[in-house]
Amino acid sequence: MARLALVAVGVAVLAALPLVVSAYTVSLLISILAYVSLATAWAFFSGRTRYISLATAAFVGIGTYTVALLGDHLPLPLVLAIAPVVGFAVAFGVGLSTLRLSGVYFVIFTFGLAELIKQLVIWFEINQTKTLARYIFVNAGGTLIYELLLAIAAVVIGGVWWLSQARLGYALRVIGEDEMVARHAGIDTTRVKVLVFAATSAVMSLVGAVLSLRYTYVDPNIAFNSLVAFQVLIMALLGGVGRPWGPALGAVPLVLLFELLSGTFPHHFGIALGLCFVIIVYYLPGGLMGLVDRVRGRAP
Amino acid sequence: MVLFEAILSGVLVGGMYGLIALGLNLQYGIARMMNLAYGETLMGGAFTAFWFLTLWRIDPLASLLFSVPVAFCGNWLIYRYLLTPLVRRAANRDVLEADTILVTFGLLFVFQGVALVQWGGEYRGYTYLAVPVHVLGATVALNRVLAFVAAVALALALYWLLRATRLGGALRAIAIDPVAAQLVAIDVPRLSALAFAAGGAIMAVAGTLVSMFLSFNASIGIVYTLKALIVVIMGGVGRMLGCLAAGLILGVAEALGAYLVDPGLTLAINFALFLLVLLVRPQGLFSRG
Repeated sequence: MARLALVAVGVAVLAALPLVVSAYTVSLLISILAYVSLATAWAFFSGRTRYISLATAAFVGIGTYTVALLGDHLPLPLVLAIAPVVGFAVAFGVGLSTLRLSGVYFVIFTFGLAELIKQLVIWFEINQTKTLARYIFVNAGGTLIYELLLAIAAVVIGGVWWLSQARLGYALRVIGEDEMVARHAGIDTTRVKVLVFAATSAVMSLVGAVLSLRYTYVDPNIAFNSLVAFQVLIMALLGGVGRPWGPALGAVPLVLLFELLSGTFPHHFGIALGLCFVIIVYYLPGGLMGLVDRVRGRAP
Repeated sequence: MVLFEAILSGVLVGGMYGLIALGLNLQYGIARMMNLAYGETLMGGAFTAFWFLTLWRIDPLASLLFSVPVAFCGNWLIYRYLLTPLVRRAANRDVLEADTILVTFGLLFVFQGVALVQWGGEYRGYTYLAVPVHVLGATVALNRVLAFVAAVALALALYWLLRATRLGGALRAIAIDPVAAQLVAIDVPRLSALAFAAGGAIMAVAGTLVSMFLSFNASIGIVYTLKALIVVIMGGVGRMLGCLAAGLILGVAEALGAYLVDPGLTLAINFALFLLVLLVRPQGLFSRG
């Protein structure tokens, strides 16, 4: 109970932050919160089941494009409700066709999904609307975006924390350990995998939709930026995928690092990221949380 | 007639897809490593051919003498020093697969990043053997025909090597069951490394051949990795001739799609074929059982 109160106070303090900090800090906090939600959602499915999704960028882009297409015609709350539904539907279809089979199919499919959707959007825009760029005229200040993302992050982390202690969390973990065992234990593995993949993808689309309110201009290359998938993955890995707080812990330092990198060494961004990746897989297999556990002398 | 030309150009590209899928089959089917940085070797081979020709007027085919050994050794080093440590620490095959995917995903960005910094992001290309030749009444460029013939010849040579030699028999045994292969005195770690390195060398050849007739840039590798993966799944993991056939099918489907629907939708056609295979025959079109 005391812990819960502490968390509530923490969220309240975070919610009040935009009143006291500068606009630049708010925009930095927006990135942090967005990546906290993305990494937490990613880790809940991919971290536990070991089905590595490379499609984060696709779902974020779906959210962004939902706002770009519908933002002018529908009220904002409705648009923000539609985005996760679209993300859920796409993920459900992808999951249903690939997750029944071995993990390789899933990886390959998600590997190209962002690029595929990008190509379809470009094709649609050129042939139907004859333009390749859209303006987003929705009025939303930095504070509103910040508060929305804070609410999403709180719900996502809370949800993951709650679900990891529920039957679903254990089911995912058993699937990750040994799928055959999971099936023999009576878990409908395909159902669990597809539903959780779709639900976490819906979160990604929602985050993409809220983030898009920052932009005034989007084109398919901005919306479906494959680097996002890569950044989310590495944040989750750095923090540690086994714990509800792990991915959030990884997201904070890496958003700051990426901000610094893209400001000072924009061309070497990819190389630095790739090296971080390799280093984390070799030297921090359980992430920072795993490191903490090892220092405390517990099994990872 | 135009339709026939579209099909012909699809067949010519499809031979290339078959070749790169064969290389991936060596890496994934025999060495059992899912290498997402696979296409980066193709990008390297293409840039090597380009720079050798533009800087020193060296024939692209001669540049193979440089790029193939480099790709072979580079891939061998990656297998030996980056991927084998993961094998040793992995608790089971799923953990290993997840780890290799993550590491090679990282490598993909490192290689792509280095190429971007060194050579920029713009598309490159050069003119080589751009002589029209007539094939069954249709006109195609000689470079495409050369690339196709070389790709298919190499693929068939590889097939013969795997089918008819002692070394090939050992490699096929590893593909079927690496533990049992060890029991009949096959040096599995050494031959797996060899297969992985050979897969990379094939990619360098493919890169050189592709660069003769298609433009390329620093981030092109990922496109070919994806195509190779799809073709391997279509043809069946470990099936060599199946991959060659699946490559041809993909090439023709792409060319027909580009001609009949829209050239901007090649990736969608790739995915449509992939989905079809997943739904109808997930074990591959040419697998037994």
